[in-house]
Amino acid sequence: MKVLDDMMQKLKPKADGKFPLAYTVWDGMYTFLFVPGHTNKNGVHIKDGIDLKRTMVMVIIALIPALLFGIYNVGHQHFLAVGNVLQDAHVCEMFWDKFIFGALKVLPLIIVSYGVGLGIEFVFAAFNKHSIQEGFLVSGMLIPLIVPVDVPLWMVAVATIFAVIIGKEVFGGTGMNIVNVALTARAFLFFAYPTKMSGDEVWVSTTLEEGQQLVDGFSGATPLAKAVEGGTEALNNMNASVMESFIGFIPGSIGETSTLAIGLGALLLLITGIASWRIMLSTIVGGYVMAMLFNLWGANPFMELSPIHQLVIGGFAFGAVFMATDPVTGSQTNTGKYIYGFLIGVFAIMIRVFNPAYPEGMMLAILFMNIMAPLIDHYVVEANIKRRLKRVSVNA
Amino acid sequence: MSESLFSKKNLKLIKDPLNDSNPITVQVLGICSALAITVKVETAFVMAVSVIAVTAGSNVIVSLLRNVIPSRIRIIVQLVIVASLVILVDQVLKAFVYDVSKQLSVFVGLIITNCIIMGRLEAFALANKPWASFMDGVGNGVGYGLILVIVAFFREIFGSGTLTLPGIGKIEILTSLAENTGYQHNGLMILPPMALITVGVYIWIQRSRNRKLIENH
Repeated sequence: MKVLDDMMQKLKPKADGKFPLAYTVWDGMYTFLFVPGHTNKNGVHIKDGIDLKRTMVMVIIALIPALLFGIYNVGHQHFLAVGNVLQDAHVCEMFWDKFIFGALKVLPLIIVSYGVGLGIEFVFAAFNKHSIQEGFLVSGMLIPLIVPVDVPLWMVAVATIFAVIIGKEVFGGTGMNIVNVALTARAFLFFAYPTKMSGDEVWVSTTLEEGQQLVDGFSGATPLAKAVEGGTEALNNMNASVMESFIGFIPGSIGETSTLAIGLGALLLLITGIASWRIMLSTIVGGYVMAMLFNLWGANPFMELSPIHQLVIGGFAFGAVFMATDPVTGSQTNTGKYIYGFLIGVFAIMIRVFNPAYPEGMMLAILFMNIMAPLIDHYVVEANIKRRLKRVSVNA
Repeated sequence: MSESLFSKKNLKLIKDPLNDSNPITVQVLGICSALAITVKVETAFVMAVSVIAVTAGSNVIVSLLRNVIPSRIRIIVQLVIVASLVILVDQVLKAFVYDVSKQLSVFVGLIITNCIIMGRLEAFALANKPWASFMDGVGNGVGYGLILVIVAFFREIFGSGTLTLPGIGKIEILTSLAENTGYQHNGLMILPPMALITVGVYIWIQRSRNRKLIENH
């Protein structure tokens, strides 16, 4: 540690030197490696022992199970599609082939997302002469996990530029954004390049080598698309029953398929207290309640899908754990968090079922509630003021 | 006449709305039509010309009548004047550029509800002489049209890869790129939200260049 510290100190460029960007980059790296020793010069401040960079790193660690599973599943789905492994073979068959294939597909996405996003952060930091804001650490990992595997890299780059500049920097940078940055990138991709972001052909990587061909009956549709057509039965036929969807060997965006892996991450976030359990819980309750109401209605097969099944397919779990709980864009008050989370769950299921053009309602539900969060907080705070005003007796 | 027609003061009436008091980016008026008809440069251009004609014409007429209009019913009188001019413009468009007129559809008629026109009548024409009002009308119309054409330029190039210029027709710019490489046109550019964001980015650039527009709170 001492050696590393000495090395970094030796490399330290001058703050007002020729290259302001050099100092910004150095400062960003240094505070990433070591908790900075700055102290406040005036007044008393209460600080948590864990600063923003350390918080972000915890979230990245929580994302690792979903990421590794995603990488493996990309390979798994590909080899299923080309017929190298059979549907009823053991999932660990050709383990390394699948993993390497997936890694080759997913790593470029991660590199592009981080490279472009951090590049913009560095430039803005140097322009505005403040230290690098670490907000992109998590967003940069989330973006590759919520896109289909074959999305072209330049599209990811464009979406990242859009999300970081329009979604975050124009509002004042990290901690000032109104909507979730990663979801802004996904929404941009979804509306700008719909052919690469929805439909049946994008979720499984079907790049064929010579002599390969897709197996008979391969469709590539996600469970969500199938559920619209045929409800529970269709899902069971495509090997996406409740248990199979929970474990996650189903087509979908890279990191969203396995509720199990996401759950491991959620556990870490909850134990360390980084994500709000109120939001997570109320999102799941909201989704469950809405799915149950649809069960009672039962107008089409999708409505009859059991609530548990609704929660384990698509991006619901991923959104509830990693997106809805974003401390910047979510509600800040405790009561507000319950309302905010509950409505996310309700809207996500509602959009899914009612609007077949948007099979994944989670993205739109969270973005919508991000915008509503300040309003919810406002009324919660007002209600609290009103309640406490009643206790006051004015002695004129 | 005490001052020349193109004195500094009168020219300022035309220049100001282009930047310092642009109707869209500074006064934030007439946003809705800026979102609706900026998918193609041609429609944006025709719309801009129509609005210039209406603002200039109505400003002059109201300014001429400003001492006769009873202030209680002035809004009604202004509406009648604007409505007649809009109908005139609509007929002219139908006669000479029928295709564009069809694309603009209801938005030509909706010029009457464009806040810029009523705003300039209330704020300027009712208190100023006809020539100054004319300059003000033209200035604000051009300021509006400028933003429209700029927004339409970016939306058309990135949204459909073409440029439809008035009088020249459609020029293919990015279409061959889309056919031969993996490039795809940006579907979001064609949707109204992107017009709002484009206007927002324009305001951002304008304010960072023109420091006096930044409010100090």
